[in-house]
Amino acid sequence: MELLEIFASAGIWGAVLRIATPLIFGTLGALICERAGVLNLGIEGIMTFGAMIGWLTVYNGGDLWMGLVAAAAFGALFGLLHASMTVTLGLSQHVTGLGITLFASSLSYFIFRLVVPLASSPPTIEPFQPLVIPYLSDLPFLGDALFNQTAPTYLAIAIAAIAAYVLFRTPLGLAVRMTGENPHGAEAQGVNPIAVRFGAVMVGSALMGVGGAFLTLSAFNSFFPTMVQGRGWVCIALVVFASWRPGRALLGALLFALFDAYQLRLQAVLGKAVPYQLFLMVPYLLSIFALIVMARRARVPKALMQPYRRGER
Amino acid sequence: MRIERRAHRPLALVLLAPLIAIVAALAISGVLIAIAGAPVLEAFRLIVTGAFGTRLGFTETLTRATPLMLTGLAAAVAFRARVWNIGAEGQFYLGAIAVAAVCATVFSGWPPYLLIPAALMVGAIAGMIMLLVPLGMRLRFGIDEVVTSLLLNFVVVLFVSMMIEGPLKDPLAFGWPQSIPVGPDAMLPKLIDRTRLHIGLLIAVAIAVLVYFLQARSVFGMQSRAVGLNPTAAVFAGVPLAKTLIKVACLSGGLAGLAGAIEVMGVKGYVTTDLSPGYGYSGIIVAMLANLHPLGVIVAALFTATMFVGADSMGRALGIPSYIADVTVALSLLTMLVSIFFTQYRIRR
Repeated sequence: MELLEIFASAGIWGAVLRIATPLIFGTLGALICERAGVLNLGIEGIMTFGAMIGWLTVYNGGDLWMGLVAAAAFGALFGLLHASMTVTLGLSQHVTGLGITLFASSLSYFIFRLVVPLASSPPTIEPFQPLVIPYLSDLPFLGDALFNQTAPTYLAIAIAAIAAYVLFRTPLGLAVRMTGENPHGAEAQGVNPIAVRFGAVMVGSALMGVGGAFLTLSAFNSFFPTMVQGRGWVCIALVVFASWRPGRALLGALLFALFDAYQLRLQAVLGKAVPYQLFLMVPYLLSIFALIVMARRARVPKALMQPYRRGER
Repeated sequence: MRIERRAHRPLALVLLAPLIAIVAALAISGVLIAIAGAPVLEAFRLIVTGAFGTRLGFTETLTRATPLMLTGLAAAVAFRARVWNIGAEGQFYLGAIAVAAVCATVFSGWPPYLLIPAALMVGAIAGMIMLLVPLGMRLRFGIDEVVTSLLLNFVVVLFVSMMIEGPLKDPLAFGWPQSIPVGPDAMLPKLIDRTRLHIGLLIAVAIAVLVYFLQARSVFGMQSRAVGLNPTAAVFAGVPLAKTLIKVACLSGGLAGLAGAIEVMGVKGYVTTDLSPGYGYSGIIVAMLANLHPLGVIVAALFTATMFVGADSMGRALGIPSYIADVTVALSLLTMLVSIFFTQYRIRR
């Protein structure tokens, strides 16, 4: 059976991890924001900006890791903007987030065009190379399938573990979750909900920026407009699918990437008979499907999208 | 220092809010233009002359404002009822491709006075369906329609791409992926000869006025407003929630679908996947700049179109990426949100 043989190749499992990486970063970022009670629809734009600024840093002679740091820093800055508007002023999280997406993505196209004039083929950088892990990378099959990734992929998995630990095993995580469930109660316990929300949104947005930068610094080696292709919105759906839990976010992103990697290979097999656009629709339809399946079961943070003002109910 | 709600909203402030927002957005863009190394005042002058200075520029601005008015209205009526329709881009494209599908086939041979209204109707219905899907998922499963309507935008554009490379491909287009043309009989009459300006502009303005009266004077308008302000209270007062939301979705999706239909039948005559430079998304900005007021949408759409057309010619003249228009317009959404906030609240020491 040709369609199942695909799973027997090490290549597809390597591709799954590669496709999942930006989604893991993005989903964790959105998850952290939402755990504190703030929906961050700026994600699509922040990922675009991260992709652009990460690439630009390296293009101008910076280190690849400096590119990631720059993406994180600018992500946090957009997070600061989002938090100032939605937390301090209590503006609509939906509209503010969309505004930030539109602003951040158009700003990245503007800056990119300013630095790199229109050319037939966009300039490239030297991206992250697969990190060779002694022994593990040499394993037959498993080595190619799991241990032939670039460093940011391992980082993404580590951050999922750290996020799970911090959210559920530390006082800081408790403060974040309390703020997302009941900010008034949190305040009564001596937690400053405003500060927690600012922190969570900035950290979450930094992760979104890194997720975007992975696209230009590891998955590809150049930047082009619309390259994020709705991955941010997929992440927002994955957060619901994951029931706001980092471990399940990791699983969800991997599962999603598995479908995506499979459809990419299926295209090669069935490409003649089926229009390729149907395959490209799969990720988006899958996200919607995930929402339908999980929507009833998911436990939404109770104060999600509710602005908090001291002394106001 | 703390923020407190104003006892009443001063009318002067409400009317000034969009102006303040736009000036702030222009000021920030001015800084970006300066960083890009161009003379700022000259750049703004070129934007205005580019958008209004010539016959071509002026008609082009009005042509661009037409779909923006309709997608702006689509967002405005939806947001008023707290239906977060971010799917106008997809509704626009589905409306457009639906028109291309029917004009040369089912409706072929119809006289223009029947064909044009029928085709516009088909476009609107396609848009409606495209919004009823995410709204249905919200009502049935409780899924936030923001995410679903956003995700569906990508699905629709891929669907359009599939159609124009498949069953609706124009065989005479030398292999370019574009749809079969709607034909001369389906083209909207021009307002001014030898320009792109068509009567779609008048349709859009008329619809804005119509929507204004619908919202201000009809039961539906009152109900949709009540649902947006406080759904629980609205239900308690006897407003049928689901029914009202579905009506709102039909109106909003229909307007966005109509925008797509009018763009095809007014400007291009066929569908490509770059028919819309983000009209659906810009419509959200237009609606917010108008503070969700249907008549304000007309003005806000003109401003947005001015930025786009003007920045194009300014960019060519000064060598600045014309993306500056998108930046300014997106910024004006953010500054508008803040300036609307200060019509409702003030800062007290």
